[in-house]
Amino acid sequence: MALPRITSPHATGSNRTRQIMQLVLLATLPGVLALTWLYGFGTLINLLWASAAALAFEAAVLHLRQRPVGFFLNDCSALLTAVLLALALPPYSPWWLTLTACGFAILFGKHVYGGLGQNPFNPAMVGYVVALISFPVEMTAWPASHAVGSLEGLQQILGIAALPDGWSQATALDVLKTNRSLTMEELWAQNPAFGYLGGRGAEWVNLAFLAGGLFLLRRRLFGWHAPVGMLGALFVMSLLFWNGSGSDSNGSPLFHLLSGATMLGAFFIITDPVSGATSNQGRLIFGIGVGILVYVIRAWGGYPDAVAFAVLLMNLAAPTIDYFSRPRTYGHRKAERGFKVGD
Amino acid sequence: MSDVKLWDFHGGIHPPERKALSNRTPIQPAPLPARLILPLGQHIGTPAEPIVAVGERVLKGQPIAAASGRVSAPLHAPTSGTVGFIGLQPYPHVSGMLAPAIVIDSDGLDEWTTLEPCADYRSLEPALLLERIRLAGISGLGGAGFPTAMKLTARPQEKIHTLIINGAECEPYITADDRLMRERAAELVVGIEILAWLIQPEQVLIGIEDNKPEAIAAMRTAIGERPFSLRVLPTKYPSGGEKQLVEILTGQQVPSGGLPADIGILCQNVGTCVAIHDAVLLGRPLISRIVTLTGEALARPMNVEALLGTPVSELLAFAGLDETRMDRLIMGGPMMGLTLPSLDAPLIKTSNCLLAPTRSELPPPPAALPCIRCGACADVCPASLLPQQLHFFTLGQGHEQLKTHNLFDCIECGACAYVCPSNLPLVQYYRAAKAEIRELEQKQHKAEHSRRRFELRQERLRKAEEQKEAERQARAEKAARAKAVEAESASVPHQEVLPANPAAGFSDLQKRLKIEASMAQVALKKAEKQLAAHVTAELEAQVAELRAAAEAAQKALAAATAAAPAGADAALKKAKIELAMKRAELKKAEKADADETELTRLREALAGAERNLHAAEEASDKPAPQLVRTNKRPLDEKLRALKTELAFARADLRKLERDEAADPPALESARTRLAEAERRLAEHQSE
Repeated sequence: MALPRITSPHATGSNRTRQIMQLVLLATLPGVLALTWLYGFGTLINLLWASAAALAFEAAVLHLRQRPVGFFLNDCSALLTAVLLALALPPYSPWWLTLTACGFAILFGKHVYGGLGQNPFNPAMVGYVVALISFPVEMTAWPASHAVGSLEGLQQILGIAALPDGWSQATALDVLKTNRSLTMEELWAQNPAFGYLGGRGAEWVNLAFLAGGLFLLRRRLFGWHAPVGMLGALFVMSLLFWNGSGSDSNGSPLFHLLSGATMLGAFFIITDPVSGATSNQGRLIFGIGVGILVYVIRAWGGYPDAVAFAVLLMNLAAPTIDYFSRPRTYGHRKAERGFKVGD
Repeated sequence: MSDVKLWDFHGGIHPPERKALSNRTPIQPAPLPARLILPLGQHIGTPAEPIVAVGERVLKGQPIAAASGRVSAPLHAPTSGTVGFIGLQPYPHVSGMLAPAIVIDSDGLDEWTTLEPCADYRSLEPALLLERIRLAGISGLGGAGFPTAMKLTARPQEKIHTLIINGAECEPYITADDRLMRERAAELVVGIEILAWLIQPEQVLIGIEDNKPEAIAAMRTAIGERPFSLRVLPTKYPSGGEKQLVEILTGQQVPSGGLPADIGILCQNVGTCVAIHDAVLLGRPLISRIVTLTGEALARPMNVEALLGTPVSELLAFAGLDETRMDRLIMGGPMMGLTLPSLDAPLIKTSNCLLAPTRSELPPPPAALPCIRCGACADVCPASLLPQQLHFFTLGQGHEQLKTHNLFDCIECGACAYVCPSNLPLVQYYRAAKAEIRELEQKQHKAEHSRRRFELRQERLRKAEEQKEAERQARAEKAARAKAVEAESASVPHQEVLPANPAAGFSDLQKRLKIEASMAQVALKKAEKQLAAHVTAELEAQVAELRAAAEAAQKALAAATAAAPAGADAALKKAKIELAMKRAELKKAEKADADETELTRLREALAGAERNLHAAEEASDKPAPQLVRTNKRPLDEKLRALKTELAFARADLRKLERDEAADPPALESARTRLAEAERRLAEHQSE
């Protein structure tokens, strides 16, 4: 009789990749609700269409790569990429825009590197940046809140007709970037849609993502290191370079924390373990880097929002950060840091 | 006790404990098996060496294998019986490999050998006490199985200030130490006292996880007023790992690659302490241990005290194994235990648990997904490693990176694999990588060793060659010098002795006569040939005339030669040649093992030849022999004779000794002859 031989450990915990992905998907719910409440069904259409496209791309590539399709679709990673991408795209994005972004995310963001776990860049951000660079008009066409009717929205999505003038609206970050003449008070007084802090829509959406992120933090899905690093660095940068409320203002710290994709990035993008740094200290450094870059690009760069670029740039730096942020191993007096000859 | 400071170690996990399965019943004695298999390597280090023979009767507790080397432990018969077999037998290893073992067929009497109890261990010298522990074959009963006596003296230069007694038993399912502490606390505490007496630490810390309240209570009672500090640890796997326990109790970390003794700490398992008690006070060697039999495939999970060598199958049968429900068999716990490929393996000193789980109880891990670097493994790693990075490096065989990421500090506790959401068999990767690196290093070491040996050999050969060359040159120079000296010295005296050279000794007259004689001879021969062709009277007369002339010439030559002093020289030469011939003949005869009479005859002949030579030397007036012997020390005739006799005697004896068929009296007489010759030579030389 031969009994099975398996090496230890024989007990396994209940952690599963699929469950992690599902939990993250669940945590996006407040953000989805906030977006839907503000901009209507456009976000939901985005979500559905992006998910379908991403899963189709994933299945096709897995098939081409001769991998078990069902097994890998089951891990929900492609679905998560699609959802994060859909939340980052403007609601009522044309169908081809979403499709292109998803295609790039899955094909060039993930599978060219070997699929799940192998990608150096965050796939959703790869898709987003490709779309942003290729189709800047569509990508910056955020609708004004509560302004899009069902028919117009559908027409926009299907690419039959563009949204009528006045339906789309520059975001607060856009306005701030292009503003050269008005003080902050004047800007806010002139534009009621700016809301209280970060733009009327953006601040609620950010708060909703913050709530989802805190939920994940509480469930210990990731450590506090990366989000705190990013938000802390962004806060410190915007505080340091806060030049008052004049017409050349860079915006207040709270404005930066609650506008654009700050919270989505802090809790859902940079916490992606695959493309981020690996140790806790490394993740803190990674988050700080993203925070600094976000502010630098927002304040002095060419794009109004910067989370995607900042994340991709830090993704590049992550392996190096890993080499310099190894923890001290038990029984060693100090941590091994940096590159060794032969590495 | 509650105000005592405890530290924490990084990471750790809380797997389901499942200890209630087996810790509710007291320790039972396991039934006596009919056949016991005792592997010689039950500990870390060199296997023991058998000191019994097949068929020998042994008594319970009698040593059957002795420690071989420093890191080794002896082995004792767990029961009385006969040694049935010594050789390869099943061994509890995941490979199912066989290992050398002694098999004892039990006689059922369980008859003890005479033990030497020692009521007062304090009267023993520390070295004797240590020897008692060593001879009892005690090795760590916690799991690793390091020979205890060796562990106690691993760092003799380092003073042990803290003795840690490990009762954490952090691994799920296992309750052997729990039950031991509950039921044998008194013996355990005495065992600790013996250890404390032996190493005189400043403090004794006993660590027990807080999931064993009964054991803690029992230990507290047993400790009483003794200066041992019982520390209750929060339950967290792997707090019972030696390094982790050291950190929890002292806040210090064992240096990488070192032992706790390097920082003045010694850890011993509670089971080992009881074994020390038994060995020192009762004189009982380590022949049994407490083992947890657990898992849902067993009808009666429990702890038993079983004899070492008991086949696993008998223990499991005793606990009511339902083989159809058992998914696999694990020796050890679910985190670090190893699966046994069959039920044939015996219980050994390090087996603390036999776990027979059902499939639903410990399901095989689901198919592995790629690592997403979530870092859960790094969060739980008690060694603060980055398991996810190690995983990637093992896949890429990045041995250098693995080493700089401290792969060898991994204690293989399995926490990383336990929490891995991708179900990666991480520990398996690390084990394989470690083995790979070790093998490679061994190979490199071997290659390096060979290379150095080769280089040393080349160097040696080169030196020898140089020396030879130098010697050769020295010899050549010496010879050249000697030649030059000889030439100088010889140039004068040789002229004087030249007449001794026969070729140069012919006078002109002799030469002329010789030429004439030979010419006459040639003319005669020619004429004779012509005569043979055509016989004429004229020719006949001519031949006769020529013959007469030739004879006359010959005569004249002979007369001239005889008149010359070369006659004495010829005699001398002849005598010399004869001597040489006789000597050669004698040597040949000696070589051919000629019989004694023949040899004697030849020797006499040789002596005669020598005498003739001496006479010839005297007859010829040339001083040649003196010239030949100028370099030699003048030899005393008697000494020479004695030496010759000695050499003969020695040669004879050697010959006889080489000859296996030589009869003893002859050998004896040859020896006496040699001794006599030596004595006489010595006498002569001392004169």
